[in-house]
This record gives sequence, C-alpha cells and structure tokens, in this order.
Amino acid sequence: MEKFTKLTDTAVPLPIENIDTDQIIPARFLKSTDKKGFGDNVFRDWRFDQKGEKNEDFVLNDPTYSGPILVAGDNFGCGSSREHAAWAIAGYGFKVVISSFFADIFKGNALNNGILPIQVTPEYLKELLALVTEKPDTKLTIDLENQLLSTPAGKLEFEIDPYKKVCMINGYDDIDFLISKKEKIEAFEQERSF
Amino acid sequence: MAGKTLFDKVWDAHVVDTVPNGPQVLYIDKHLIHEVTSPQAFSELEERGIPVARPDQIVATADHNTPTVDQHLPVRDVLSRNQLKQLSENCEKHGITLYGLGHKYNGIVHVMAPELGITQPGMTMVCGDSHTSTHGAFGTIAFGIGTSQVAQVFASQCLLLTKPKSLRVNVNGKLKPNVLPKDVILYVISKIGTNAGTGYFCEYAGNVFEEMSMEGRMTVCNMSIEMGARGGMIAPDQTTFDYVQGREFAPESAEWEEKLAYWKTLPTDDDAVFDKEYSFDAEDIEPMVTYGTNPGMGIKVTGTIPDKEDVNLDKALAYMNFKKGESLIDKPINYVFIGSCTNSRIEDFRIAADFVKGKQKAPNVNAWLVPGSQQVAKQLIEEGLDKVFTEAGFALRQPGCSACLAMNDDKIPEGEYCVSTSNRNFEGRQGQGARTILASPLMAAATAVAGKITDITKQLN
Repeated sequence: MEKFTKLTDTAVPLPIENIDTDQIIPARFLKSTDKKGFGDNVFRDWRFDQKGEKNEDFVLNDPTYSGPILVAGDNFGCGSSREHAAWAIAGYGFKVVISSFFADIFKGNALNNGILPIQVTPEYLKELLALVTEKPDTKLTIDLENQLLSTPAGKLEFEIDPYKKVCMINGYDDIDFLISKKEKIEAFEQERSF
Repeated sequence: MAGKTLFDKVWDAHVVDTVPNGPQVLYIDKHLIHEVTSPQAFSELEERGIPVARPDQIVATADHNTPTVDQHLPVRDVLSRNQLKQLSENCEKHGITLYGLGHKYNGIVHVMAPELGITQPGMTMVCGDSHTSTHGAFGTIAFGIGTSQVAQVFASQCLLLTKPKSLRVNVNGKLKPNVLPKDVILYVISKIGTNAGTGYFCEYAGNVFEEMSMEGRMTVCNMSIEMGARGGMIAPDQTTFDYVQGREFAPESAEWEEKLAYWKTLPTDDDAVFDKEYSFDAEDIEPMVTYGTNPGMGIKVTGTIPDKEDVNLDKALAYMNFKKGESLIDKPINYVFIGSCTNSRIEDFRIAADFVKGKQKAPNVNAWLVPGSQQVAKQLIEEGLDKVFTEAGFALRQPGCSACLAMNDDKIPEGEYCVSTSNRNFEGRQGQGARTILASPLMAAATAVAGKITDITKQLN
C-alpha cells in the first residue's frame, strides 16, 4: 500500500448525498480480475450518457475543478461492499475523500487502499463545499501525522483510528499483522470450547 | 454489570487478540466467496507467496455474473466467462469447495449457505458481499467485507476489526394480513433512514420477528446494510433449530446436542443495554413500495410521495420521473423481477404463485422469476409452482443474482420501471437509466398481473 503523510492540493466538490457504490462504479464494470483500470469508469453514469458522450454539467468534466481531494455529500460510499469503488476512486487519482459521513465498508476499503476518508461535521462540510466551489484554486492541506485539515479559513483536527493511522503513514496493511498472530490464532482454534 | 447482547456473546467468543487501544483480531468460522470479489484477493496472496490458511472453512459459488438462461452452454460474455474460470481455477488450486454453474448446490451465496446448513447460530461468517448480513437471521455474526479483507481471511482466517456499537430494532404487535417480512424491513428503513445503522450491529427483536419463518428473518436481516448496519441478527430459537436440523452440513447426534445447548445460551440477556434502540408497532406497517433512489425512500402503497423541500428528493424524483405528493397506484409498470438474495426462496415463490394462480400476467409486463438456487428451482417444480407461473405468462429463469445488480444480461431498459423484490433502488442498479421500485413478492406478483401498481390491500380483502 502507498504511504500517506501530507498533501497540499485543490479539491473537487461533489455535493450529492448518499453517493452509493453503484454510482462510484456500476456493476457492469466489475468483471475485471485485477485492480487496475477502474478509475476510467468512476462515476461512469454521471460522467457520460448512454451514448458515451460527456455530461458537461458533471463536476469531473468541468475543467474548473481538479485535484486529488474529493469533497462529497453525506453518507458517502453506501451500498455494496465492492472494493472496486475504492479502486475506482484511487485509480482516478483521488487520495482523500472528505464528507460528513462515510458508510462502514467503504471507509474500511478506502483505508486499505491508501485513500484517507476524513469525516467533518455537516456544518463544516457545507462551508468547505461552498469554499472549494466558489474558489476552485483553494489549496487544502491534509497532515495525517498531526491529523490536521487546513484551509485558508483555518485548521481542523480530524479523527482516525490510531492503528489505521500507523498503517497509512507506513504503507502497512493488515495481512502482515494478522499473519504475525499465527500462533495465537492456532491456539484459539485448539482451545475454543464449541 | 449489565448483561450481554446476542452480538456481544458471539463476538466475544471469537476474539483471538486485542491490539492495545486498537482493533481486535476476530476469528472467522465460515468464509463464503464468489467470482466477483475474490480474484484480486487470490492474486494478492499469490504475489506475496502466502497460502490459504483454512481452505476447508471456505465455500465458493458462482452467482453475481452468471447467465440465467442456457446455463448448460459456455458463458457468452468473455469477461464473465474469464471471471468464472478464475474462480474455478483458484478453488481447485487451493482446495476450496466450489458449487459452480450447473452444480446441484449452485445458487446465490446467501441462499445456498443457509439451505445447506452451512450457516449456523453463534458463528462468525463473512463474504465479499454486503448482503452477507442475511445470515444474521440464524443468530450469526455475518457481514460483508471488501476484497482486501477477503485476502486477510484467506491468509489468517481472521480479520482486524473494531467492535461496532449495538442497536436494537423492536417490532411488536400483530401484522396486518399480506404484510410480509419485506414490508417490515422497508418500513423500518423508511422510518430510520439509510445511515441510522452505520457503525452499529443491529438486533431485531419483538414478537413480529419471533413469529417469522427463517426465510422471512433472512429477508429482514438481508436489508440491514440498507440502513447502514454492517449486520443484523435475530436470536436463535426453536424455529432456527428446526430449520437447521437435518440439513446437509448441519451437525448431527452428539455434536448437534452439544451445539444446541450452546446456541440456547446466545439470546440477549434481559439486563443488556443497547447503544441505540428503536421501537415500532406492527399495526402501523402496510405493504410498502419505494419511490426514490435509495431504500429509505419508501411509502405505504396507499401513501403519497413526501412533499417537502429537499435537493436529494428532487434529484431522486427527477430520476424516477415521479412528482411530489403523488400516489404510485395505477403507475404502469413493464417489468417485474422476483429474485435476489432478499426474496428468491421457496416461500417467496409460494406467495407469488398463490396470488397468480388462475390469473394472467398483463400483456405489457415482462415478468422474470429467478430462483435463488438450484435447490429452490427444484422445489418449485416439485410443488408444481413452475406450471402456475408459466401458465400465467411469467418467465422462469435459472438461479443467480440476475437483475438485482444487472451484471449479466438481465438488465431493465433505460427509463423503464421495474417492481423488484431485490434490495437496492439506486440509480442504474438494474441497468443504465432503469427505475427500480422495491416491494414484496406479493406486491410484485400483483403488479405483474395488473400491469400497474395496485392497492394490494384492497384487492385481497
């Protein structure tokens, strides 16, 4: 997994609530057996119409907005467990998603792929969306070590599971950790009473 | 000290280790896999030279991407065929049991495992599919995981998790006639919303769930994820034990007695405290339909679409081509889908057949019936339900996830409405531009016959 420490860049506003994983990556694109290429189809049916023509109104097709930070509406990533959604977000180039609420499975999948989900209050989100929408060249800084999100308007401390923070900063994933517990796992299998 | 919940008891019995100030290592009893969310996990292991730790605790099926016609022929779609081939090769290589296309046990993962007795009370079960919550109907901790986690379970038979908070949904009272388990869960989600359960594991309690069949309980637990909860559970009781006993992989004789005694200790203690609790009266629930683009946007079929200022509602109604304040009754419908891990079990087809018997499907309707498994398909024939449906003009297809997520060719065309017994009405879920109305198998059958949404309460009384 890629390491994540600090990032300063512009953001893309997507003020839609309940963005589900079927919107992030529609099921018909889940037939690949590797993790590559999903970024091409992120938000496919919002970016393109049925004929494959660009929907000019959609923010990702608007040259005004760019950057590796996605600022999205409440309850981002609800629905399916497909990790393809995280691969699509990462594949497109997003490294951070900021929302007022994340669905559980998406949040875990994001963290397992080096994408940092930052949860803020609904009020803060509203202000941030307004800021990046009105001033598209606004730079945001995300400092994971100090758990700080900085905008020209000020600094905000965000929360992250301490274990996951260490994983993100060092690029570790859970597999190595779990394998290191092999003896304990085997002992558990022997000792369990049912 | 307060008592323990059903969830606490099962969770605590599976904790292998706790990271100081961090997550816990949770042991997983059964791992179910399918063709779509497993290939990258197998590749991950191979790249790192890690073996599959407990292949005998994994069961595989092909369901998401399989055709529902001509399953005896090679799969036409090249990418789908390749995905299925990879699943077969991976299972063979790692010694994992696979119920592939054409196998007598093949079916939707959440239909197949319970009907074979693989799902048992007190277990921990995972699958790379969010509707793994279905298995919670047995008093099992069952939840969907991402592919990175599939790889973790392959590697260690464990997951690193933070214990979720506890939530209880109580429904007590007497359900009205023709209010089905699907209506109960659609009602609950319409009341509490699509993220009320996020961060929580849910327990469903009250006489309504106690009196439900196992298949009904599965329908309810299946949709826990639609209110954001990773999983939902119902305390195991005699109904559960009677369902499990005698199934292919259920424990037998002395082992059965031993497990049964343990399972009886699992229900939530009277003095247990939940972090959040909701209570509803069964009498308030009526047959439900959804009008929008998430499962929380549901109303009684006799109700009207909310008339309020809300940009999300505006967006959903623009997609659905519905108006605020209007009723869905008499809306013409051209597609009906009875299937999916929510409602594709024999009881669902019995209910639909009961209504359809002696009637004809409306000429404008394409009615697809997709049984959840080969075993359900077989039972349909044994009970003569296939004849009822075909005489009424319904198309009986072969098992799979089908039009629930439209990964295969079973897609609803752009702009068309589909009354569907599945679990998600997201934009494009059943095909690009398709408009999904979630409902019970009875509502679906009635829609197919009428060719439009009908007030089922009036029809049946």
